[in-house]
Parts: sequence; C-alpha cells; structure tokens
Amino acid sequence: MPTPIASTAASATPPVIRPADGPLVSLRAISKTFSNGTLALRDLSLDVARGEFVSLLGPSGCGKSTALRIVAGLGEPTSGTIEWPTADMDAEGRPETEIGFVFQEPTLMPWATVFDNVFLPLRLKRYSKAAARDEVEGTLRMVGLDTFANAYPRELSGGMKMRVSIARALITKPKLLLMDEPFAALDEINRFKLNNDLLHLWERFGWTVIFVTHSVFESVYLSERIVVMAARPGRVFKDMTIAAPYPRADDFRTSAVYNENCRRVSNALDEAMGERPN
Amino acid sequence: MTAVGTDKLDPPAATEAAVDDRIESPRERTGIGARLGQLAVPAVMLILLVAAWQAYVDIRNVPHYILPSPVRIAQSFVEDHAMLLRALFVTLQTTFTALAIALVTGVALAILMAQSRWIALALFPYAVILQVTPIVAIAPLILIYTSTTQQALLICAWLVAFFPVLSNTAQGLRSTDHNLLNLFELYGANRWQTLLYLKMPNALPYFLAGLRIAGGLALIAAVVAEFAAGTPGADAGLAFRLIEAQHRLNIPRLFAALVLLSLTGVAIFGVTSLISYMLLRNWHESAVRREN
Repeated sequence: MPTPIASTAASATPPVIRPADGPLVSLRAISKTFSNGTLALRDLSLDVARGEFVSLLGPSGCGKSTALRIVAGLGEPTSGTIEWPTADMDAEGRPETEIGFVFQEPTLMPWATVFDNVFLPLRLKRYSKAAARDEVEGTLRMVGLDTFANAYPRELSGGMKMRVSIARALITKPKLLLMDEPFAALDEINRFKLNNDLLHLWERFGWTVIFVTHSVFESVYLSERIVVMAARPGRVFKDMTIAAPYPRADDFRTSAVYNENCRRVSNALDEAMGERPN
Repeated sequence: MTAVGTDKLDPPAATEAAVDDRIESPRERTGIGARLGQLAVPAVMLILLVAAWQAYVDIRNVPHYILPSPVRIAQSFVEDHAMLLRALFVTLQTTFTALAIALVTGVALAILMAQSRWIALALFPYAVILQVTPIVAIAPLILIYTSTTQQALLICAWLVAFFPVLSNTAQGLRSTDHNLLNLFELYGANRWQTLLYLKMPNALPYFLAGLRIAGGLALIAAVVAEFAAGTPGADAGLAFRLIEAQHRLNIPRLFAALVLLSLTGVAIFGVTSLISYMLLRNWHESAVRREN
C-alpha cells in the first residue's frame, strides 16, 4: 500500500481512505501575479494528503509549474497561504518536511560526476563525502545507475540524466516529491520505463508525490488523483479520482479501466480549455 | 521486474558513448597521422621561411645592420645568451608577478561584484576606465608616483592583465543556470556554498579564457612599461636590451631579443592553454572531443 498509515483504511480497494490527521500540505486561495502583470494563479486551493500521488494536469500557461514552485518555497504567492498542518516549522517558517524537486530539465552540474551530482543535497547539509558514500551509492542503485557513478553528465543519455536528477531528489529521503514535467523531454520507451520505476519506488517508500504534466495518459497511469487546471488565470477546474488499484504495470495501459479514465480526464481537460474566465 | 533489472540495458547508445572516450577506437589511429600532419605543416613552413630569409640576405648581400641573416641572429644569441637570458628572466619576473596579482585581485573583485549589484555599479566603471586608457599614457604618471622602476613596471603590467580576468570571471559568475540556483535555494544552501559549489565551478571556463588573454597581455604590458620607463630599474629587462641594441646598431642582437620575446609569448599562451585544457577536459564543450 502506498500510504504509510494504511491500517486505518477499511479495505485495500480504492478509493484510498486518508488518515484523519489532516493533509500534508494545504494551499489556501493562492494567487500569483508576475512582475510583468500576468496573473498566473487565481484562488488556487488544494489539499494534498500524506502518501498521495496527485497530478496537476493542464494546458501550458495554466500555472501548474508556478503552483509547484510555490509549494517548494521557490517564490512567494502574491496572496493566499500554504499550510503544513502536520509538519514542524523551522526558524525561517519553512516546513521541516524534506522536499525533493525534479525539474523538467535534468539540471545537473556538468563539471561534477554522477556521484557528486547526487551527493549535492547532502554536501549542502555539510555531510562529508565519506559519510555519504553508502547513501549515494544506494540511491544510484535504486535508479539503476550504480555503474555510472564516475561518469560525467555529458556522457549520459537523456533518460539516464533524468535518473540522476531523480536520484538527487531522493537522496534526502523526502516526504514530499515535487516533479515538474520530469519526463516531458524523453522518448516514449524511456518515459514508460521511468513511469514504472517511479511507481515501484513510490509504493516502496510511500512518499507524497505532486506530479505536474500535460499528458493525460501519463497522469492517469501514475496518479490516484488528478487535478485538472484551467489557464489564464490558472485555477483548479476539476478534482478527479482515478479508481484503479496498484501495483500498476504495462498491462494497465491496455485495460478498460485505464481507457475509461483517460476518456474522462480528457473530456475534463477539453472543458477546462474551452472554458473562458468570467 | 525491478527498477534495477530493467535499467542495465537502458540506452545502449549512451553506454557506447561513455566507453568510447576510454577505449582506443580505429578512429584514434588515423588521429595519430593527422596529429603528425598538424606538427609537420607548420614546421616545414617555418623551415621554408627561414631558408628564404637566409637566401635573400646571402644573394642580395644585405648588410647585417639592415637585416641580419638567421644564422647571424643565432650567432648573436649564442654570444650574448648570458645577457639576454638574464634580461628575459627579469622581464618574466615582472610578467608573472603582475599576472599573479592580477589573478588574485581580478577574481576577488569579480566575487565581490557578484555579491551585490551596487558594488558592481560602483566599481566596474573604474575598471573599464583603467582598461581603455592606453598604458603608455599612464606609465609616465606611475613612474612619478612610485619609488622604484620595478614597482612602476609591476603596476603597468598588472593594470593591463587585471581587466580580462575581472570581466571574464564576473561574466562567468553571473551566467549560472537559474534552475541550478533554484535547486541550491531549495536545499537551503547559503551564499558561501552557492558561490563555492555552483558559481565558481560555473565561472571556471570563463576565468580560464581570461587567464589566456591576461598571460599574453601581462608580457606585452611588461615590455611596453620597460620601453616607457626608458631606464632599467634594479636590473635591465628584455625590452631595455632591445632598445640598447637598437641604439648601438647591433641589429642581430635586437632580432635575437625579439625572437626570444616572441617565443616567450608563445610559451605563455601554450602553458595557459594547457592549464585550461587539463581543468576542463572532463566536462566542458571547449575541451571535449566531438562525438560524430
């Protein structure tokens, strides 16, 4: 079961019942206006439960990446608040929850080896290389790159670079993993492979994942819940549950329940794109 | 099916590319031939030029105080090598001391300017003014304000070598990838960590380009300053020996000094290029062989 507190669930079948201690993160009426006057988000409200895999789905310009960055603490909302009901806060008012962030680009340091790139978050926490060695090697093994520890990013393919980027996000054992269209630049074969690996790891570790994508198929394959967003200004259009059990594997892609959900989400996305703001 | 199991076979193309650098491929062998050619062509060209020069002087009987033959220049170098090498050593001392100070001050100021836009606004215009004013025009003033000629020479060479280091390093520190900056912020990196682990490595290729320019400029500026000073300080440098040879109509020695100066410039460029290559060969596009 994906949720760490699964014992509170009455049964193992979806929809998954959430623990009673409140959401991990709660966005309350978030608005964001950029310095050029663009209204990126208007009154975005969203609760994300512990252990949940939720996708933000929408056309480009709907503010889904902006919302993700605000959750990560990169940039303040213009109005509204972000609450972490169950997390301890540090001195600067940031949650003590470990957050992992995966960008659309691999965003690796070209001068550093795969090992050093993955080691970075620990280095910034003042771990010595020797103390972090097992941790880094273990995480590289998790994403299947243990034999590439000494390679430089330029020697890797796009899919492998993305794996390094994911390993770097996982090295701090995050409670919350934020992913901003991480597989958008990959070919389909690699994307499917990474989708599967991501689901395996999620089921194993029970993180909360907020996954930004513009692919209906990818979001349905991965998520328990899809938040369809509308653009200009960005806002929540529809909050949908994908009632299909995990583990999901490649045969899920051809199942009737998958197709039905794709149609449902696709229709919602069409409506969201057709709707004009009042 | 585990995550690890599926990935060993991941993208074969990239695996080959990764191995390619370390294993000698058939392409490498043709590379040796090409490399020999790269050495042979300039060498043959040099021999032809020198031979033509020698032939011209011999056939036309050009007097050595107008244009000495290569053989005559070589003789002059052998006769005067103690004096010329001593002078070269003096000039090199000025060059490298000035270059070292330029590297330290240039990088330090670039880092300072990267910390605050206000500091950059306050300081950069003066760096530009010092750079665009011809050094021969400032040299007389510097000679007045310094107590020894050696100090004046150092300041002149430093002024010229300092700017490329400063402006290149500052540019490198500024052009850090925004997503990487976001990443550092996300993991709570402080200013010092961001500088040390992100901005400085990012600026390294820019700094090295500045170093290659500054190395050559430091030598030129040291020579120009010696010209401007006119009189030797504690010890005579190569430029002073050059003027002296001209005044005495010892043109072969003048040429010998000139050749020595050029070779020194080439050597400095070679060494700084080699340093740049060694530091960047693992990752930077400028130093990495293209895989096609």
